[in-house]
Amino acid sequence: MKVIEIENLEKIYNESEIKVHAIRGIDLSFEQGEFAAIVGPSGSGKTTLLNLLGGLDNPSTGKITIGGVDISSLKSSELINFRLSNIGFVFQAYNLIPVLTAKENVEFVMHLQGKPKTERDARTKELLESVGLGDRLNSRPSKLSGGQQQRVAVARALASKPKFVLADEPTANLDTEATENLLDIMERLNREENITFIFATHDARVMKKARRVITIEDGRVLSDITK
Amino acid sequence: MKDYLKLAWRNIWRNKRRTLITIASVFFAMFLSLIMRSMQVGSYGHMADGIVEAFTGFMQVHKDGFWDDRTLDNTFAYQTDMVRDIESADNVKAVIPRLESFALASTGELTKGILVVGIDPVKELDLTHPDRKIKEGRYFDQYSDGVLVSGRLAEFLNLKLNDTLTLLSTGYHGASAAGIYPVTGIVEMPNPQLDRRLVFMPLPIAQDFYGAENMLTSLVINVHDSDDLKNTKKVIEYLLENGIYEIMDWKEMNPELVQQIQSDQAGGYIMLGVLYMIVGFGVLGTLIMMTTERRREFGVMVALGMQKKKLGLILMIEMLMMGLVGAASGIIGSLPVIGYLVRNPIRFTGEYAEIFESYGFEPIMPARFEGFYFAGQTAIVMIIFMLAIIPPIYSVLRLKEIKALRS
Repeated sequence: MKVIEIENLEKIYNESEIKVHAIRGIDLSFEQGEFAAIVGPSGSGKTTLLNLLGGLDNPSTGKITIGGVDISSLKSSELINFRLSNIGFVFQAYNLIPVLTAKENVEFVMHLQGKPKTERDARTKELLESVGLGDRLNSRPSKLSGGQQQRVAVARALASKPKFVLADEPTANLDTEATENLLDIMERLNREENITFIFATHDARVMKKARRVITIEDGRVLSDITK
Repeated sequence: MKDYLKLAWRNIWRNKRRTLITIASVFFAMFLSLIMRSMQVGSYGHMADGIVEAFTGFMQVHKDGFWDDRTLDNTFAYQTDMVRDIESADNVKAVIPRLESFALASTGELTKGILVVGIDPVKELDLTHPDRKIKEGRYFDQYSDGVLVSGRLAEFLNLKLNDTLTLLSTGYHGASAAGIYPVTGIVEMPNPQLDRRLVFMPLPIAQDFYGAENMLTSLVINVHDSDDLKNTKKVIEYLLENGIYEIMDWKEMNPELVQQIQSDQAGGYIMLGVLYMIVGFGVLGTLIMMTTERRREFGVMVALGMQKKKLGLILMIEMLMMGLVGAASGIIGSLPVIGYLVRNPIRFTGEYAEIFESYGFEPIMPARFEGFYFAGQTAIVMIIFMLAIIPPIYSVLRLKEIKALRS
């Protein structure tokens, strides 16, 4: 079943009157439960594609349909609600909220969803334990290592039970051990909970784990290989 | 709402440095504006008190035309029923009879033109409190036949207690007036001009000296509420016969003082305006710095699914909490400083002091505690703070997730 459909997607940035074609007519689709990597050199358009998929940026032309909803037609506030129910994010720089503890960061999205406290507590504990941080519930981000912060970010991305998770260079700031650890966790969650993971990366370790690798260059899809 | 408050509180409590900087900006705004205003209000009050409470009173009743031609021929008879009528008016606290005129005072080889004020020794205590201004000697009792001489005049005439003062003048209807009086006390008048030329004597003695038995130049009126002078004046005008008396409030009697206060006040408002601009931009700068520093955090929150309106509301709650704490601490912090300045006014010396004295004021700048300016300044600082909140909140409402995440 197709969760995401991208049709003739284009993104043009108008910076200083110079038009930059970041995405040039991409057509793609993703099935539920995929573990896919979008790869390519810096400036190839992979992060832009991920931002468009996440509704963080608007396409210049084309259409993105997620679960039957054309997200490019949604108003800003509708798009925010859509993201809250359907999309989880893992950012390269972790982007945890610095004043909140690991537990509160994971809980934050469920707070926004209006989930009751008992449900929030149970899911937060379950998620943080599943990423190996059951003993760091009350640690603030500044007290966690990069790998631990990224694992909290993964737990946070999954807290809202999204249809898919978008991860932009999730391993860029991690050492080998932390990368392996994180990828194992995400692979397990993908397998066990059938959550779709889409990565933007140029990390060979991620490409190796991914079951589908989409290579883009100059805003175009060069290859799309399912292993 | 509880969740918003909780989140706002966490942001405040868990980032103490940022919180302290924001609170400090409001604290200083409040602290500085309160101290400046207390000094301004204190100095206007000091100017007014120097003349009003120390001598002229809030209002005076004279024979019509007296103020323009202050001679003993423009006196009027002391009538107890008239005093009773005035005392019956709502805002009137006391009615004090006086006979004022000029005389030449001499002792030995020294002579000086002075102001003789005949006062009711008991009633005068309700307004100018000459008893509290006694530097040496004693205040009048019911048998007193001496005079109280102001400090600088005593110094000029080289007078000491129990010395004799000779007074010469023109009395009622051109009669000559002369008398010798023992100095029973020396009073220190806060107004330097008065302190150089004032002699108090009991009213019957003054009436006897000027040959103006039972005559008065003025009935000085003290009031409960000095802000309600207009209405009180109307009531007294209604009570007294038309055309016979003139009723003047302290502003009419002291136009130069009023002008002085008004021009000083205008300068004060400009100074306050400059202060508001400085603190306003200070607060705005701090709040913008605070929101700019957290731009990425806001971008993450919106990306994760927080509505911008909710985020703006949380930010507003945070800022209001900090603003209120800053304002409250500014008020608390200013109290001991203002209290100190009330008790220990800044005293000018040298040329600046001479300028003050030439206007007839004691060369000091006291502060003053008054509820109205505390409320006013708090309201103004909070309005400035609320205005300073608008740009950061607006920037959150217009936040572009992708730009915020890249910041």
